[in-house]
Amino acid sequence: MNDYAGLMVFAEQRDGKIHPVAYELLGKGKELADRIGIGVSSVVLGHQMEEEAQELIYYGADKVFLYDHPALEDFDLLNYKHNIVRLVKEVKPEVFLLGATHLGRSLGPRVAVALSTGLTADCTGLGVDKDGSLIQIRPAFSGNILAHIKTKTRPQMSTVRYKVMPKGVRDASRKGEIIKKDAKIVPSLLTIVNREKSGEINIAEADVIVSGGRGLKRAEDFSILAELAKLCGGVVGSSRPLVDDGWIGKEHQVGFSGNTVKPKLYIACGISGSSQHLAGMRDSDVIVAINTDPSAPIFKLADYAIVGDLYEVVPKLTNEIKSRSS
Amino acid sequence: MRIVVPIKQVPDMTEVKFDVEQGRVDRSSAGAEINPFDMNVLEAAVQIKEKLGGTITAISMGPPQAEAALKDAMARGADRGVLLVDRAFAGADTLATSYTLASAIRKLGEFDLIICGEKTVDGDTGQVGPEIAEHLGIPHVAYVSKLAEVGEKLVVACDMEGVRYSIQSGFPVLITVTKDVNTPRLPSLRDKLNARKAKVEVWDAEALSSVADKGRFGVQGSPTMVHKITIPSEEGRKGRVFRGAVDESVKGFMAEIEKAGILGGIGIK
Repeated sequence: MNDYAGLMVFAEQRDGKIHPVAYELLGKGKELADRIGIGVSSVVLGHQMEEEAQELIYYGADKVFLYDHPALEDFDLLNYKHNIVRLVKEVKPEVFLLGATHLGRSLGPRVAVALSTGLTADCTGLGVDKDGSLIQIRPAFSGNILAHIKTKTRPQMSTVRYKVMPKGVRDASRKGEIIKKDAKIVPSLLTIVNREKSGEINIAEADVIVSGGRGLKRAEDFSILAELAKLCGGVVGSSRPLVDDGWIGKEHQVGFSGNTVKPKLYIACGISGSSQHLAGMRDSDVIVAINTDPSAPIFKLADYAIVGDLYEVVPKLTNEIKSRSS
Repeated sequence: MRIVVPIKQVPDMTEVKFDVEQGRVDRSSAGAEINPFDMNVLEAAVQIKEKLGGTITAISMGPPQAEAALKDAMARGADRGVLLVDRAFAGADTLATSYTLASAIRKLGEFDLIICGEKTVDGDTGQVGPEIAEHLGIPHVAYVSKLAEVGEKLVVACDMEGVRYSIQSGFPVLITVTKDVNTPRLPSLRDKLNARKAKVEVWDAEALSSVADKGRFGVQGSPTMVHKITIPSEEGRKGRVFRGAVDESVKGFMAEIEKAGILGGIGIK
């Protein structure tokens, strides 16, 4: 265990662009690594990614291991795994972090098993214990509790949720080393026969979210929220029951089993605030709650609580904002 | 098509209580049911079997009571149910759990397709499926929302952050399916009654000794451990309340957020 040193971040890329969760992990990773007294590295697999690899240095990596191969341009599970496992065995980082994106959650478990090490899913916090080991914090039981988890084996691996850590500071004067590695290509066994934008909204990226819950009487009434959301340059969100009832698509679902969001402004309309919902939006910068029930749990979390019927409050709010933006 | 479906019995998450002092979940506080995501797994397996024929083997690791979940799976169309029960399996994290399940799948013999749920509602890691695939050395596709073609080959759709991939694979392969993949049907009364009489096979650690290293089961084989449990805190919220006449409330609220620079922050002056 003693010959493991350093913290490594997997930098996921899509269409040649680094996923921003990698910059968050580098920011947090640098902070943790400084406390332990170790270096930070990053690994990126793709094709013609050199400029982007440089960005990883600006965000905190001392070394970037770059695998450049046409076969790695899009996500290829077995080739990504194979090359990462070889690298980790060679470099022996004591911490290995991935974003808890679809790709990270699919790839991370395979890497962990291949390395016979532990993997903590979906962390929302990371810390360092007195003995220098990693403390991985994740919500459990619908977000009612936070479990602090430690890993006996090395590397200590976690997938970390997007948008819970602040993005690192970009410093274009930072120096680091890009180390080009030879990609070993194995039979892929999976073939991408098509890829297309699924037209889904990306709620995790939205600056403003106007969400509806049980206070809505009909599926069509989401249009009331949509008008306000559009005015604020935002998107519509939903609590889980309405998604389960088929009123709106799952891509709109905010909550522990849906999307974790961290917008600048979250407006919860007719949402009482189950722990499962709160777990998905509690880190929003500003929370506004509109509910007829003054004892609704959502109000405890709100910066601004408006006690009233969303059918009256939201249209008035929309008008007020209209008059200011025109 | 020889299909294996790993399933899990979970507590009813709306009822379950936890003991913060002890850092433990009191599973006796809530009823037990099949992990809701596994309903889509069983439906997917049954649809494939209806089309191509074959067998469905449901497998689960858990306490003796988890037999009920396997009987339920058999009511929903599984031909065989295998329950892995042993004290040696207890306290397993995802690495040990996936190792134990993969070992049992090895012992079952040849298979074509393993279908797992996207995740369980209690553990909520989504890791066990892909981990089983790695233990078995087969490819997997996670977050499958559509089975486009199952026959000579497998073609599935999976959604990854706003991009829909269509992926083709041969067999054997493991997939994890989301709730979008189908709408599970309810078992008929007759199926339920038949399942009550169904026999679930029970395997202990010894039964896996020919295919597994017992040191990799349970707590012993689990590198991760819960160090402590805390309750999330809510602090630093303004907590301004507006009540009474809606006109007044909205005007008061607008004035405050304007003053706080929140409207400016989202591009409205």
